Amino acid sequence: MITMEHVCKSYRIAKRNAGFAEACKALFHREYEIIHALNDVSFTIHDGEMVGYIGPNGAGKSSTIKILSGILTPDSGTVLVDGRVPYKNRIEHVREIGVVFGQRSQLWWDVPVIDSFALLKDIYSISDICYRQSLEELTELLNLSELLRSPARQLSLGQRMRCEIAASLLHRPRILFLDEPTIGLDAVSKLAVRDFILRQNQTHKTTVILTTHDMQDIESLTSRILLIGKGQILLDGSLDDIRTGNESIDATVAELYRTYNI
Amino acid sequence: MKTIRLYLHYVSINIRCMMQYKTSFLLSAIGQFLVSFNVFLGIFFMFQRFSNVEGFTYSEVLLCFSVVLLEFALAEMVARGFDTFSGMVRSGEFDLILVRPQNEILQVLGSKFELTRIGRMLQAVVMFTYGIVKSNVVWSISKICTLLFMLIGGTVVFTALFFIYAALCFFTLEGLEFMNVFTDGAREFGKYPLGIYGKKMLLFMTFVIPYALIQYYPLLYILDRRTSIFYMLLPLAACCFFVPALLLWKFGVQSYQSSGS
Amino acid sequence: MKKYLSFFQLRFAMGLQYRTAALAGIITQFAWGGMQIMMYRAFYHTDAAAFPMTLSATASYIWLQQAFLAFFAVWMMENEIFDSIVNGNIAYELCRPVSIYNMWAARSIASRLARAVLRCFPILIVAAFIPQPYGIGAPASLLHFLLFVLSLILGLAVTVTFCLLIYVLAFFTISPQGLRMVFTSCVEFFSGAVIPLPFFPDKIRSIMELLPFASMQNAALRIYSASIGTDEIRRAIGLQIFWLVALTAAGKLLCRLAEKRIIVQGG
Repeated sequence: MITMEHVCKSYRIAKRNAGFAEACKALFHREYEIIHALNDVSFTIHDGEMVGYIGPNGAGKSSTIKILSGILTPDSGTVLVDGRVPYKNRIEHVREIGVVFGQRSQLWWDVPVIDSFALLKDIYSISDICYRQSLEELTELLNLSELLRSPARQLSLGQRMRCEIAASLLHRPRILFLDEPTIGLDAVSKLAVRDFILRQNQTHKTTVILTTHDMQDIESLTSRILLIGKGQILLDGSLDDIRTGNESIDATVAELYRTYNI
Repeated sequence: MKTIRLYLHYVSINIRCMMQYKTSFLLSAIGQFLVSFNVFLGIFFMFQRFSNVEGFTYSEVLLCFSVVLLEFALAEMVARGFDTFSGMVRSGEFDLILVRPQNEILQVLGSKFELTRIGRMLQAVVMFTYGIVKSNVVWSISKICTLLFMLIGGTVVFTALFFIYAALCFFTLEGLEFMNVFTDGAREFGKYPLGIYGKKMLLFMTFVIPYALIQYYPLLYILDRRTSIFYMLLPLAACCFFVPALLLWKFGVQSYQSSGS
Repeated sequence: MKKYLSFFQLRFAMGLQYRTAALAGIITQFAWGGMQIMMYRAFYHTDAAAFPMTLSATASYIWLQQAFLAFFAVWMMENEIFDSIVNGNIAYELCRPVSIYNMWAARSIASRLARAVLRCFPILIVAAFIPQPYGIGAPASLLHFLLFVLSLILGLAVTVTFCLLIYVLAFFTISPQGLRMVFTSCVEFFSGAVIPLPFFPDKIRSIMELLPFASMQNAALRIYSASIGTDEIRRAIGLQIFWLVALTAAGKLLCRLAEKRIIVQGG
C-alpha cells in the first residue's frame, strides 16, 4: 500500500533571461524563483491497483515519482510505501520497486542486452533460479528472444522499451513505476507494451503507477486516474467520472485541464 | 566479497563496451600516454639547463615525479568514474543509480571505468621503473616501506580529491573547473618536490590538503635528508584526508535528495 | 559578416550567463600561473646564470599565457564540429551556400575571442598589482606593445588555421578524438606551453622556432617584454605570416579534397 499525506516539495531556481543585456545584468544580480512542485498532496494506492497519474508538464508528476522511489526527500508530509519511508532507507526500499524512465535508458549501449540483464542480476542479488524463471517469462511475454543478443544501440525504440521494461522487472518488484513508457513508440509497440503491463498487473498483482501524456494508455490500462496540476491533486476518480458524452478521451482531458485552469 | 564481484562485473562490461571501438580506444590511450610524456620532457629539458633545483638533482626529481604520477594513475584507474560525474548529475543518470539497491559510490565508479587511462598508467609504470633505476638511492627495508606508504597514501589522497570533485557536482556544476587545480594541478606541480614552492605553499600543502605528506616529507626520508621515522609514516597519516571527503560526498547525496536536480 | 558577429555575441552572452564557471576558470588559471611562477622562481634561485631570460620577463610571459589561454590552447576545439563530422550532420552544412572552411574559421575565432575577452582582463589587472618580479611588467616600449598586439593576432590566426587543419583531417580518419589528442600534445610541447621555448637547449630551440608551433604563442609573449632583439622580432613576425598563409592554403586544399570525398561517398 502506498500512502502520501500532505506532502509538500518546493525548489528554488535561478531566473535566466534571454538576451545580451540581460546576461550582463545577471552578472551582478540574480533573481530566484520558488517553485512549488508539490503542494499538500495526499492519496492512497492499494496493492494490485493500477493508477494513471496525469497532468500537464511541470505539474509535479515526476517529483511524486521521485519521492515514491526514494530519490527525493519531501519538505514535509509523510510517505509510506508498504510500511517503509522511501527516502529514509533507500537501499531496502528500492529492492522492492521497479522504475522505468521512458526517456532514459538503463541498458548499456554497446553490449548485448542480456549482458545488461546479467549485471542487474548481480546488482539486485537475484538468485540463479529466480533469474532464470523471470528471464524466461519476460522473454516470452515481451517477445525478446531475438533482441537479447544485440546491443541496445542497434534496437529500435520500441524494441528497446520492451527490454527496458523487462530490465525493471527481473527482480520481481511489487510496485512498478512507469514514467512515460510509451513515449515515441509506434502503434504495434505501444499495444504490446500496454498488453504486457496489463498482464503483469493481473498475474503478479503488481501495483502499477503510470505517468503519461498518452490518454489511450490511460484508457486501456487504468480504472483510476489521479490528476495533478500546479502541485495539487485536482481529481481522484475513474475515467467514467470525467467523461461527458461521446467526446474522445483526449478532448475530455483537454476540457478537464481547461476547467482547472492548468 | 559480493561487492568486489559486482565491481568486477562492472569492469568487464566496461571492457566489452570499449572493445566495440578498438581504434578509438588505442588512439586515446596513446594520447593519454603522450600527454604525460610531455610533462617528463619538460623536466628533462629543464635539467639540461639546470643541474639542480633547490638542491634536488635530476634523478631525485625524476623519482619524485614518477611516484606522484603512479599515485595519480592508480587513483584515476579506480575513481575517475567521478570525473564524468557532472554529466551524470546533469543528465539525470544519477536518478537511475539511486533506484538500485546498491551503494551509490560503487555504482558510480563502476558505470564509467575509464580504460583509456591505461595510457597514463603505462607511462607511470615505465617512469616509476626508470625513476627507481636512475635514482642513486641505496634501498633499505625502511625506504622500500616508505615508498610503499607513499603509493598507498598518495592513491588515497588523490582518490579523496576525486570524491570531493564529485561531491561538489551536487552543489555547483559550473564552478567545477576550480577543482582541477587540486587534482590535475597537484599532479602537474607535484612533479617537483613541494619544498621548492616556498614555505607558505608547503604549509598549505601540509595542513590543508596533505600533498606534502605523501610527497615531500617521505621523499626527504628516502633521499637521506631526514632520518626520523616520523617522516616515513606521514603518508599513512595522510589517509585521514579520506574521511572529510567521504563525509562531503554523503552530504552531497543527501542534499541532492532534498533539492533534486 | 553579420552572422559571425552574432555568433560571437551568442558565445559571449553564454560566457556571461555562466558567471560562476567564468569565475572558477579565472581562479583556476590564476592559481596555475602562480604555481608556475613559483616553480621558475625556484630554478632562478638555484642558478640565476643559467636562466635564459629575466625572472620578471618570465612572470610576464606566464601571466600573458594565462590571460590569452583561449587564443592559443589547441585543446579548446569545437566539439560540435567534430561531432558533425562523425555523425554525418556535416552533409547539411555542405548544402549551404557558404564555404565550410570559412565558416569554421569564423566560428573558431569568434568563440576563442569571446572566451579570451571574458577572462583576460581580470587576470591582467590582478597580475599587474602583484609586486615585481612576480607580477606582469609593463611592455618594453610602445612599439613593442604594438608589435605584441600584431603578433598576438597573427598567433591566434595561426592557431585557428592549425585547428582547422585538424578538423579537415578528421574527415579522413576513423577516430577524430584520438587524432585530436595526439596533435594536441605535440602542439603543447612544441609551442612552448609545457616549458617556454627559451628554456630549451639552443640547438633544439633554433629548430623549434622555425616550426609553425612557435608562431602561435611564443612570438607574441616574447615580444612583449623584449626578450628578443629587433631582428628576431622581424623574423618571428615574418614566420607567423608565412605559416598563416601556408596553413590556410593546406587547409583549403584538403578541405576541397574532403568535400569531394564526401560527395563521392555520399556522406
